[in-house]
Amino acid sequence: MKRYLLQKTGGFVLTAILVSILTFFVIQILPGDPALLMLGTEATPEIYARVRMEMNLDKPVLQRYFGWFADFLKGQWGNSWRYSMPVRDLVARAFPLSILLAFLSVGAALLVATPAGMFMAARPKTYSARLISVLTQAGLGLPQFWVGLLLIQVFAVNMRLLPAGGNSSYASFLLPTLTLALPRAAILSRFMRVGMADALRQDYIRTARAKGVSSRAIFFKHALRNGSLAVVTVAGLQFAQLFAGTIVVEQVFGLPGVGQLLLTGVFQRDLPLVQAVVMVIVFLILLFDLAFDLCLGLLDPRIRYE
Amino acid sequence: MDTRKWGIVIIGLVFALTILGYFYTPYDPNEVSVMERFAPPGQSHLLGTDHFGRDVFSRILVGSRVSLAVGVGAVALGSLLGVTLGLWAGFRGGLVEELFMRISTALQAFPSILLALLFATIWQPGVPVILWAVAIGNIPNFLRLTRSQVLSIKKRSYVEAARALGATDARIVVRHVIPNVVDSLLVQFTVSLAGAILVEASLSYLGVGIQPPTPSWGRMLREAQGYAGLAPWVLLAPGLFIAVTVIGFNLLGDTWIFRRDGVFKRE
Repeated sequence: MKRYLLQKTGGFVLTAILVSILTFFVIQILPGDPALLMLGTEATPEIYARVRMEMNLDKPVLQRYFGWFADFLKGQWGNSWRYSMPVRDLVARAFPLSILLAFLSVGAALLVATPAGMFMAARPKTYSARLISVLTQAGLGLPQFWVGLLLIQVFAVNMRLLPAGGNSSYASFLLPTLTLALPRAAILSRFMRVGMADALRQDYIRTARAKGVSSRAIFFKHALRNGSLAVVTVAGLQFAQLFAGTIVVEQVFGLPGVGQLLLTGVFQRDLPLVQAVVMVIVFLILLFDLAFDLCLGLLDPRIRYE
Repeated sequence: MDTRKWGIVIIGLVFALTILGYFYTPYDPNEVSVMERFAPPGQSHLLGTDHFGRDVFSRILVGSRVSLAVGVGAVALGSLLGVTLGLWAGFRGGLVEELFMRISTALQAFPSILLALLFATIWQPGVPVILWAVAIGNIPNFLRLTRSQVLSIKKRSYVEAARALGATDARIVVRHVIPNVVDSLLVQFTVSLAGAILVEASLSYLGVGIQPPTPSWGRMLREAQGYAGLAPWVLLAPGLFIAVTVIGFNLLGDTWIFRRDGVFKRE
């Protein structure tokens, strides 16, 4: 386990550095001139030169990268051009909401997907199993924001049961969570079914059956343990897509999370804000990946020795 | 009918409608007609009209062009880059392989939507932003798939025999590797298309994708947002078209899997 831990953590550090290089490259190198982007075209040459100095644009690229990355690690993310306040404060205010939303929807998805996938594996030929299978196909195909808009229309506007947006009460999290959970549940239940079906085909299941273990015990004890590993793997890989989904769904429901912060940054061309939010999102995705890899290593000793 | 055939039928229909849109639309998709605002679906307007009195069906016909072109273009670009890098990594091995795999892991932490937002900050929002974001977002999948296939094919005895007879790397790629990967790539390509169409729609909905007046499915939903209560069809129609197209591509992917494996494994 120790070797596995070191290996995974080392991989995480390397990937994190690569990710920071990619972000730096896109934001600082591609546009040609961040100073011009900040000032617009009407600035005088003197102001332009001063801003270039302040942004260290006159320094060599490598030096700029190391300075930038060190600042990021220290939490010195600069001031937002749009809000004229530290980016760090804006990010700290927006992230808890998005993370809460992400966890709620993964939880909801697992809650639905686990039994659904188990059922499909246990009774593959029944009509209910086929129906669930069709539903998962739909869950994968429906555009998330569209589902959100429809849910608002039905439950908030027509039936007036739930709030259409905002984060003033617990009830207002219900629709966004549902929206985000839907495609996750579809994917996870498919993996659950495959995992369970695979597990049920194994030799040790036949052995257990031959020993006279009841089919209930075989299904819930012997098969479930191995069958659910695939789901844990996939649930971990889902965080990237989940955060992407959160950005869109926050917009649908008017939730003041990272998605909204990022979009404001994009439309106002607020580079410090965008780069900090992107870096934090990507680092979080990598951290979740690492955490899931380690969990998987704990659950399944085989993985540690690969 | 077998579920497998549905994929072909749906995608066939979507492409047929898109081609139809080049030659015929019931109305001019951008023609504003204040008198006919929010006309419900019926004889004169098949899917009704929107808040400018524009014919929803005509806009969907023309909008599908954008969704499909951006989707196909972006995935083609991404797969081309991914496959090339994958072949390179698989054949070369060593440091090149290590580097490419690391970069691909790093890229996987950037969902296409996030990349698009990053690009949109620097460039103007529009088609190139989506194109590159989706293309780059697809590189890791194609790279990994191709590399793993190359690694397994490289070791087979007929490839070793070919090499012993003096076949060059290029010949081995063209004659042995590509025929073996093509089926898996086709599956990946089709499924990626489904994803690309969803991403395009989401980005156009957010306003960083297709810009007006060009109609696109996602853009139509963005504009429909405020009027869903008044005219449900402006919200329902484009969303249904997106959903059906995406489901069609996913089913088509299942069909390719069937063709590749001989038996229809349902996943």
